[in-house]
Amino acid sequence: MALAQSQQFKHQGAGRDLQKDLLGKYYTDLSTANERGQPVAYLFVPGNVVELLRVFDFAVVYPEINALQCGIKKVAGPNILKAEDFGYSSDVCGYVKNDIGLFLSDRQSPFGKLPKPDLLVCNYSGCNTFIKWFEALAEFTGAEMFLLDIPYLREDEVRAEDRDYIVRQLEELAAVCSRISGKPFDREKLRRVVELSAQAEDSWSQILHMARLRPAPFDAYFEAVFFMAPMNVLRGTEDCVRYNEAVLREMLERVEHRIGPVPEEKVRVVFEGPPPWPHFRAFWELFKKWGVASVASTYAKVGGIFEYGFRHDPHHPLESIADYAMSCYTNLHWGLRRDLIQRYVKDFGADALVIHSVKSCRSFSVGQADLREVFSHELGVPTLMVESDLADPRYFQEAQLRNRVDAFFESLEHQRLTKGA
Amino acid sequence: MSEFGAWLTSGRFEDPSLPELLESAKSLLADPSFSHVSEWKGAHGGRAIGCFPVFAPFELIHAAGMLPVSVYGAGSTIEIDHADSRMQSFVCSISRSTLELGLTGRLAPFDGFVFTSICDVARNLSGVFQRNFPNLMVEYLHMPQNTASGAVVDYGEAEFRRLLARLETLAGRKVSPSEIARSIALYNAGRRLMRDLYALRREAPWLVPTHELYLLNRAGGVLPKEMHIAMLRAALKSFKRREAKPRDSVKVVLEGSFCEQPPVELLKTLEEAGLAFLDDDFFLGHRWFQEDVPVDGNPVRALAESYLRTKVTSAVRWSGSKVDGLIRKVKESKADGVVFCAAKFCEPALYDYVPYKEALEKAKIPYLAIEFEEKMTAFENVRTQAETFVESVLFA
Repeated sequence: MALAQSQQFKHQGAGRDLQKDLLGKYYTDLSTANERGQPVAYLFVPGNVVELLRVFDFAVVYPEINALQCGIKKVAGPNILKAEDFGYSSDVCGYVKNDIGLFLSDRQSPFGKLPKPDLLVCNYSGCNTFIKWFEALAEFTGAEMFLLDIPYLREDEVRAEDRDYIVRQLEELAAVCSRISGKPFDREKLRRVVELSAQAEDSWSQILHMARLRPAPFDAYFEAVFFMAPMNVLRGTEDCVRYNEAVLREMLERVEHRIGPVPEEKVRVVFEGPPPWPHFRAFWELFKKWGVASVASTYAKVGGIFEYGFRHDPHHPLESIADYAMSCYTNLHWGLRRDLIQRYVKDFGADALVIHSVKSCRSFSVGQADLREVFSHELGVPTLMVESDLADPRYFQEAQLRNRVDAFFESLEHQRLTKGA
Repeated sequence: MSEFGAWLTSGRFEDPSLPELLESAKSLLADPSFSHVSEWKGAHGGRAIGCFPVFAPFELIHAAGMLPVSVYGAGSTIEIDHADSRMQSFVCSISRSTLELGLTGRLAPFDGFVFTSICDVARNLSGVFQRNFPNLMVEYLHMPQNTASGAVVDYGEAEFRRLLARLETLAGRKVSPSEIARSIALYNAGRRLMRDLYALRREAPWLVPTHELYLLNRAGGVLPKEMHIAMLRAALKSFKRREAKPRDSVKVVLEGSFCEQPPVELLKTLEEAGLAFLDDDFFLGHRWFQEDVPVDGNPVRALAESYLRTKVTSAVRWSGSKVDGLIRKVKESKADGVVFCAAKFCEPALYDYVPYKEALEKAKIPYLAIEFEEKMTAFENVRTQAETFVESVLFA
């Protein structure tokens, strides 16, 4: 049954409507932060330490979120061109160029004017480009930069030395935040913020697990990347908890009425890689037409992997922030990425793996061809790998992509028929 | 026996012929099968560890009785047949050619491989290596970046100790602090010679052409350090004795070639076009420490501390404003300008370029930006670019 906007449903559309309100308010608040004298910190989504910043009442700006919003609103292209005119190579990340383009446009975005930063918190979980990005912003804006060094998860578990290094840096960051904001480091408040994060993580995890059901009540790639926005922007607030609970109710209702993302679920896939934001709808349509439902995705784990038990811990706030920063998807070494995808395929009953390789992000893309080898040849999971970009609209070749997607799902369908499945 | 082996056994360290010495260095780089590594293993019975650029704690590998070998891609020595299907078209050549070396069995002389956190490509390549070459000990070092943190030396030491433990397992024995101290002393001696060569070139670039210094530098990545020291001593002597006249050239600092390496012909072309290099970032990992690493006390900690505290400006280590570092480099060497020489698709170099060129424009320091690939063979465009730049500076 297709997702219908009928009176009989109490909760459908709640996630969309509430998100519109919350993010609208978030951007309105940002646009006046400088005037109101609220300190402003920029930080990255993966493995971020927003809980610590909330203790000092920073307004937080996520340049990646701005970049994806610009992508969806079709202004990333012009922003990128501005940055290229300024000297950035056509071969570097579109997110960075979008942000530089915004900076060159006096920080005017389609969602209001972005505040100038007082502090650049370069939490770099698995993306070296983050350092380059904030180094440039530090040069161009004169803002203070704190390089929060998050060791890559290069063994199977977080090493004690790594955790200790991060915790000590967090203490140092707290001192910087205190100096800039003029507020003391209130550890009790940190515990409360961390508790709110953990609550939101509980309901988010419940939502994600519901994609195990048949049919999956939502698309764990194309819809999850929408529903996850408050987890990435508002984590550590009451609003985020309230939002996730609303989405959870919406999903429970979908399950009750067997509503899914496609009229008839024919193929269940795990998705790896970021989506092409400037052509999000067109890309989704390529899959929808084959009755594809994504049941798990790695991109929705950039802001943390919560389905398998990790929670921020109010009893050990800094340690859990450190563990969180090290364990988000972008910070996992190749073998751990493979293991996670394999687990998803099994736990969520997927029939295939789809890899979207994006030029902008070598952190995601280098090693994906080896993932394809492992899944298609060694594990017997049919795997499709397609290429475009997450921000730069020039790299989206729709006809070519359609051919690849059609050929893949046609052959999958054929295999099923011949196997009598 | 390789050409270099022949030169070594000729016992001509004391009376070197520079052309002969450079030819032997060149022969090392022209061999994608690392036959000198196999020869060394045959003679010493030790193990060999490949090191992807930029930096590796070579001293720890050496102290474990192993040969550290810097593997800077394959240049134009091999065709890429297999790695293209593993690396997307937008990924740099060095990662592709290094993977190709492995996929074609040319890394067989190696027992291990070390990657560090220079960029996302190199880091992920370590994972690709782990999957494709299960017989290699592949280690990825997350080099400390927050140089301002009070915790950073502890972390750096722990990371070096983690590598040391793996080397010890491979070697089947413990490595003592005094062995590490001895290796550090040896590498200190090599770096002192390299600093002498760089200082001589800065004073008299016509005596030490960069395309020659570059070969000596690269040889240092693959030769046993003891041999490289002999080579550098001989070269320094020869350069000093050389009878060459100062040339009228535009003096520049080269920036951006810290990982993938330009072909030596490119450097020759740039010099022929009228540029003289007073500083560069080739093989920066081999010249990282600007002062001797202390050999007393805890040598592993000393290595970590020196790695962090040295004043080197590098695209792959954060230490406050890099722009200040570059401007300082230009001023200290009294250069006229800067040449950005970045490998195609090299993100760290391409990102740094923008704040750098903004700062240079503000400081009214001329610069030239060129892009290269390790396997490039046509240099006429670069020659024209360089000649135009030289004229614009000379007749400004």
